Amino acid sequence: MDDRIEKRIELKAPVSRVWHALTDHREFGEWFRVKLDGPFVPGQISRGQITYPGYEYVKWEAVVQKMDPERLFSFTWHPYTLDPKIDYSKETPTLVEFRLEKTTSGTLLLLTESGFDKIPSDRRLEAFRMNDGGWTGQMKNIESHVAQRP
Amino acid sequence: MSRKGRSSTAAKRQAPAPVFAALGDKTRLSLVAKLCGGQPRSISQLTEGSRLTRQAITKHLRVLERVEIVHSVRTGRESLFEFDPVPIEDIKKYLDLVSEQWDQTLSRLKSYVEG
Repeated sequence: MDDRIEKRIELKAPVSRVWHALTDHREFGEWFRVKLDGPFVPGQISRGQITYPGYEYVKWEAVVQKMDPERLFSFTWHPYTLDPKIDYSKETPTLVEFRLEKTTSGTLLLLTESGFDKIPSDRRLEAFRMNDGGWTGQMKNIESHVAQRP
Repeated sequence: MSRKGRSSTAAKRQAPAPVFAALGDKTRLSLVAKLCGGQPRSISQLTEGSRLTRQAITKHLRVLERVEIVHSVRTGRESLFEFDPVPIEDIKKYLDLVSEQWDQTLSRLKSYVEG
């Protein structure tokens, strides 16, 4: 059973531009929809507050792992920390990696999230169940919002 | 249907981690592959063609049983094992949701850097 998520996306922007959008905490916050307290520093905890409509109560917390300029940005975090009553910090986090490759038209971004086999608690699945409909709905709203105002 | 009732209870209890852990083994994966066609099989049938002993196969089946990927049903003198797709569907659903979230997030990144 595959315990990782992999995505490839072609971006029509130079690698340096994408790298900045990924690793500058203010730029990251713009598209990720999170207000971060400070810059990303490898080995340090990044904290902030989700700005996603309807999910403003969700705290962002990740540990920055690698920042290999214009090549690799990675952090560990807890996916789906949607239930404020649950302390997710004791759980083994998943690893998120953004890899960049230069292409003729811009940048190839490879995203992987791995480590789902280590999610230790059934509370996670419960939280996901509870929020299933709402979360998916919110995603659709945002998508149309972005489409209207690119 | 009673089976459905049992499955939904199981689904509520199952977390992705133990299911992944149970599947993270070649022997158990091959057992799942043999059973997932839907036909219940006996331990003898499942041991056939394997280099492992009945005892070893039984141990692996118990691991799968604990996360409810397989259930044993008694018929006469023998226990038959049958596959239950619900726990695997559940983790697939969970990963699909995380995956969908990434699709949306990356599409926002795309509009952001290309805009």
